[in-house]
Amino acid sequence: MAMPGLVTAVIGALRIKRVLGWVITLRRASPPLPVLLAGMVAGTLLLLALFAPQVAPSNPLDLASFNLADSEIPPLWAEGGDRRFLLGTDNQGRDMLSAILYGARVSILIGGGSVLVAALIGVSLGLVAGYLGGRTDAVIMRIGDVILSFPTILLALLVAGLARAVFPEAGNPRNVPFVLISAIAIHDWVQYARTVRAATMVERARDYIKAARVIGLPSTRIMFRHILPNVMSPVLVIATINLAGAVLTEATLSFLGVGMPPTYPSLGTLIRIGNEFVFSGIWWIALFPALTLVILVLAVNVIGDWLRDRFNPKLRQRA
Amino acid sequence: MIRIILSRLAQMLMVMAAVTAVAFVIFRYVGDPVLIMAREDATPAEKAALRQQLGLDQPVVVQFGKFVARVATGDLGNSFRNQRPVAGLIAERLPATLELVLVATLLALLLGIPLGVYCALKPEGWLTRLIQTVSLVGISTPTFVTGIVLILVFSVWLKWLPSFGRGDVVRLGWWSTGFLTSSGLRSLVLPSVTLALFQVTLIMRLVRAEMIDVLSSDYIRYARARGLPASYIHRKLALRNALMPVITVTGLQIGALIAFAIVTETVFQWPGMGLLFIQAVSFVDLPVMAAYLLFVGFIFVSINMAVDVIYALVDPRLRTRAA
Repeated sequence: MAMPGLVTAVIGALRIKRVLGWVITLRRASPPLPVLLAGMVAGTLLLLALFAPQVAPSNPLDLASFNLADSEIPPLWAEGGDRRFLLGTDNQGRDMLSAILYGARVSILIGGGSVLVAALIGVSLGLVAGYLGGRTDAVIMRIGDVILSFPTILLALLVAGLARAVFPEAGNPRNVPFVLISAIAIHDWVQYARTVRAATMVERARDYIKAARVIGLPSTRIMFRHILPNVMSPVLVIATINLAGAVLTEATLSFLGVGMPPTYPSLGTLIRIGNEFVFSGIWWIALFPALTLVILVLAVNVIGDWLRDRFNPKLRQRA
Repeated sequence: MIRIILSRLAQMLMVMAAVTAVAFVIFRYVGDPVLIMAREDATPAEKAALRQQLGLDQPVVVQFGKFVARVATGDLGNSFRNQRPVAGLIAERLPATLELVLVATLLALLLGIPLGVYCALKPEGWLTRLIQTVSLVGISTPTFVTGIVLILVFSVWLKWLPSFGRGDVVRLGWWSTGFLTSSGLRSLVLPSVTLALFQVTLIMRLVRAEMIDVLSSDYIRYARARGLPASYIHRKLALRNALMPVITVTGLQIGALIAFAIVTETVFQWPGMGLLFIQAVSFVDLPVMAAYLLFVGFIFVSINMAVDVIYALVDPRLRTRAA
């Protein structure tokens, strides 16, 4: 029951007409200049990060490739800069530019992963809660209430910390991304669930759903094929806004030392490493990854903000 | 009114029960404290003795009962790391965190409300655009980045302000305060600004949105039609209603601030509860983790309840609905 449900869910969510509909709505909206700019910045960063192994000058994960003699070289334009290292090097002689590209890749993958997991859980639970109502609804939403009464970062810290205590393997760099994705998604699904639940309750009372029930379609089919496509647009908005938040949470966890290890750094880990050198005035090790992080999150936030306003009927009327 | 309080109280107890259960599970099942505490070369007999000493050899139900009874009396066990009572550790760190959070909240309100009102009253002004752009940058900047940049500029480059610790503190009974010494106050500047910045943007955006909403409502239009002075309408009629959600959010954010203080305290080596917690996480010091969770959970739940009650007090509609 669960698997076909999931498959119909994905098909339902991806129904091409719908997606085309969104694209047309967005095009008609003709985004203002800052949003277009943000889109370009986010797109460029995304591409650079995803193709980091192809575009980066060196491989920051290959310990043998860098030389301690090259350590703590300032960026190119500062005094003592080196042509080989545009943004300087860290304390081990690692090229900062390459480290940042690889780090952004890790950050984006973990952020995107947690958005995906949170959306999948949240949308499913929201549909079920909104459609079935009653006790199922009450249980799901109360759990959500309790979770939401704690801030993301506290819950994520707890999950990441506990995972380490329970599974010794959780500290393995291979497994850390999954720990981080769960740690972030465990909080973020609630928002999707709440929104989808409210929208589902509205849809459920409509005639086409009544008709579907009268002809005896199974509940899962009604939920995922008939209701889901009609409640998806707010999910898109939440997902965009959440992506920014998830990237920030991952960075914070890594900065605090419970995230990605220095051998496989995300942007947060790079900032953590750089933080130790700030006091000696070696600012570039911390500042460039921090700048990349802020630009990335800012760009996504600008897009998310605009999307939210587009899909908010109250604001659309006023404009 | 009483019904609201009672239903909130029931909800609060439920959440606390959940948190206590989680804390107990952490305490009891996560990791093996004996393996963590015992020396590498400890014999099985020594380990068993330690297990008995910690009460880990008793049935689960008994352990949970004992756990609840102990927590109720404020006994939160001993830290694995330095063998001191956890309650004492938290009490020692509490003033540092609360003072930081208090100052940050005040800063956030003092900056956020006027900025939000301004943006709502002059939606097309260039200053509004500027404020909103800066606020978007603010909301996209993680706390630790703000902290590092402030340290770099004001401590490392300008050498104006200290970058770590609380400075000199004065003891007032069990409370230690940094408010009374100049080094204490100077140490407070960077961490509290760091912690407040994120909240400023949040409060500002909220005040702006609420204010715009209220200003377009019928009763304000009516007040304008009656020819009441604009300052009266804005201050007495609009702002008052726009501030309602601000009460809620500020209240709820105090909880979030305590959590975010973990990050700020790490950056500035501020000796508060957050630093205690993050050290506990890295040393797998489970009693401290569990106690912090319980304590912060209790604070959150109390704040939630207080906010609901204040809300009911401020909004007469909620009162009549309950009656």
